[in-house]
Amino acid sequence: MDLDALVGCLSSSACLVTQTTSGLIIGMLLFLVAVGLTLIFGVLKVVNFSHGAFYMFGAYFAMTAYQLTGSFALAVLAGAAGTAVLGLIFERVFMSRVYGADVLMQLLVCYAFVLIFDDVVRIIWGPEFKSMGMPAAFQVMPLFIAGGVVPPYYLLLIGVALAAAIVLGIGLSRSRIGKVIRAAAHNPGMVSALGINTGLIYGGVFALGGMLAGLAGALAAPVRSLTPGMGFSVLIESFIVTVIGGMGSILGALIGALLLGLIRSFGSLGFPLFTEGLMYLFMVIVLVSKPTGLFGKEAA
Amino acid sequence: MTRTRRPGISRRSTLALMGAGAMTVAAPWVARAQAKTIKIGMPTILSGRVAQLGTSSRNAVMLEVEKVNAAGGLAGRQIEMVIRDSKGQPQEAARVARELVNTDGCELLIDAEASSGAFAVHEVARDLGVFCIHTNSETSALTADPKQHIPNAFRTARQGVHDSIVGGSYAAAIAKAKGLKKWATCSPDYAYGRDTTAEFTLYLKRFAPDVEIISESWPKLFQPDYTEVVTKILQAKPQALYSCLWGGDLTSYIDQANIYAMFGQMEVFAVNMADYTALTVVKNLPKGIHSGNRYIKTFPATPENAAWGDAYKAKYNEYPTNWSWENATAVMLMAEAAKKANAADGKKLAEALAGLTIKCPFGADGTVTMRAEDHTLVGYAIGWGTTIPQEPYVPEVKAGDWKTIFELEAEWKKSKGYT
Repeated sequence: MDLDALVGCLSSSACLVTQTTSGLIIGMLLFLVAVGLTLIFGVLKVVNFSHGAFYMFGAYFAMTAYQLTGSFALAVLAGAAGTAVLGLIFERVFMSRVYGADVLMQLLVCYAFVLIFDDVVRIIWGPEFKSMGMPAAFQVMPLFIAGGVVPPYYLLLIGVALAAAIVLGIGLSRSRIGKVIRAAAHNPGMVSALGINTGLIYGGVFALGGMLAGLAGALAAPVRSLTPGMGFSVLIESFIVTVIGGMGSILGALIGALLLGLIRSFGSLGFPLFTEGLMYLFMVIVLVSKPTGLFGKEAA
Repeated sequence: MTRTRRPGISRRSTLALMGAGAMTVAAPWVARAQAKTIKIGMPTILSGRVAQLGTSSRNAVMLEVEKVNAAGGLAGRQIEMVIRDSKGQPQEAARVARELVNTDGCELLIDAEASSGAFAVHEVARDLGVFCIHTNSETSALTADPKQHIPNAFRTARQGVHDSIVGGSYAAAIAKAKGLKKWATCSPDYAYGRDTTAEFTLYLKRFAPDVEIISESWPKLFQPDYTEVVTKILQAKPQALYSCLWGGDLTSYIDQANIYAMFGQMEVFAVNMADYTALTVVKNLPKGIHSGNRYIKTFPATPENAAWGDAYKAKYNEYPTNWSWENATAVMLMAEAAKKANAADGKKLAEALAGLTIKCPFGADGTVTMRAEDHTLVGYAIGWGTTIPQEPYVPEVKAGDWKTIFELEAEWKKSKGYT
């Protein structure tokens, strides 16, 4: 334990700025993955254990598009669009068959695809780790804000993730499609009786969830190494986020992810050997005091 | 109800008869085949995150075995490699090793496992008495600890303590010249990371007593994001950083530290940087990272080493790794030992191998020696240098001095109670 370092950091603006942005970056990427997970659960009532694979595919699609076109914008687009298509196919062909089945069956299907997707990546891109490299536009000196260090690329990353959060939040609460999705989550039988194609809604939501994870993977590709199985650790952390925030709650995913990010960045100063432990400890506290998560609704 | 036995020959005895028949027919063939070929078993990691290194071990072994077979084989017997995936799990490595000997009839083992698996395979070698060369485990205790010593096991991998002595003295010289007193460390949180970092700082402080470690970070192995570690180190404002992160973890770390412009703010010593797996993958390799040599075809700067690196690249379309040279050396040593003993029998091979010096492209002076007292490789090329972003990546490597290594190693062994 190194509380001096933590207190010292909290009283210095430079350290505060650097660590807070570092927490935001970790948190926002996590949010993109976790929100897809929580969205799919909220509407489809399945826990998508293969969600990490979409993060992985997003990164690989982005890398390939970047190598082919040299454009980072196209790379991010390819990562997001590619995983959306993949999500749609995956839901329509496989997941839609196990909606009525018990949880174990759903889990097995998802787990099978974790292994299949990892091997597909290994066959297409090879087993060795890859690096996409930072686009030239972002190979610049970091900004110094109030003495703290903030890389411009991370500002972009936070911005994109925040924009996704806002669009998602407003879209779901205000737009017609959003209302239909929420209605389908609440009472799919009724929605279907009103002549709305629920299969399409389900496929769409799965594609959206996959796309968000793919977007996170594409945004992470320039700074994280790409390897088959890279989705796994991200998946575990997204589960922690959804457990803390509440399964099915978008706001909960955002708050949960940001909290985890900040716990990591400040925890590594104050509790260097217990940073991981802090995350789980926090999860346990939330589970004990509010088992549905911070923003989770009580089961009806 | 009791079951009545049908008249005639039962299925079980038919099977037994057929089995016996097959044995009589097959036995002479097996005997003849054994006289001709010798099977060498090789458990290694061919799937998972470390698969690239396991594959490079297999490649190097096959490259050398082809040469040995072309030259007449191991004491006249052609080598047949039986290579199995252990998935990097110690219990699986031990199981595979046992199966290779007991079921597949392998007479010799090349154990191309990382440290965790190597200790498990070592116990199998102890149990079965089979000849075994550990090619990848760098953990010093595997051969330094007399409790581990068995007459039939050897190691051709570099050794952690050798690396630390050379790295510590190299870093100390730079620390003194540039006045680097405040150091930070950042290494993966498992046995290798902890031990290697402790040994490095031990020798760094020994050669440069002014040095102070002001910050330590222990990220998890295979952690995807290092941002909080990077910013923590930036807060501590050290003058130098030591890291034994490796592979994809190291490249992630470099990419993430790069955008914080970390490499301009401190001298970085990353022992595992100068390996082609990392060097060729990082897109924006910073200039001037200090690294130990792993495998690089320009060090030792001899035509033999360059030719070996090029031959490997020509065959496999990628550069060899640290594990490649260690495995190739194992086959070279076995071939020479078989020549000396004029036998491919494990026991005779082991006797011939202890203390054997051979010509080798990876030797500091063109030769390497399998030290008789503790069955570990010495005299291999070992040194440190700084990186540049393109080939040859590490233009100049400062070679470590084996005389100093031997002195300090002996002292270290004493302090550990090994001698």
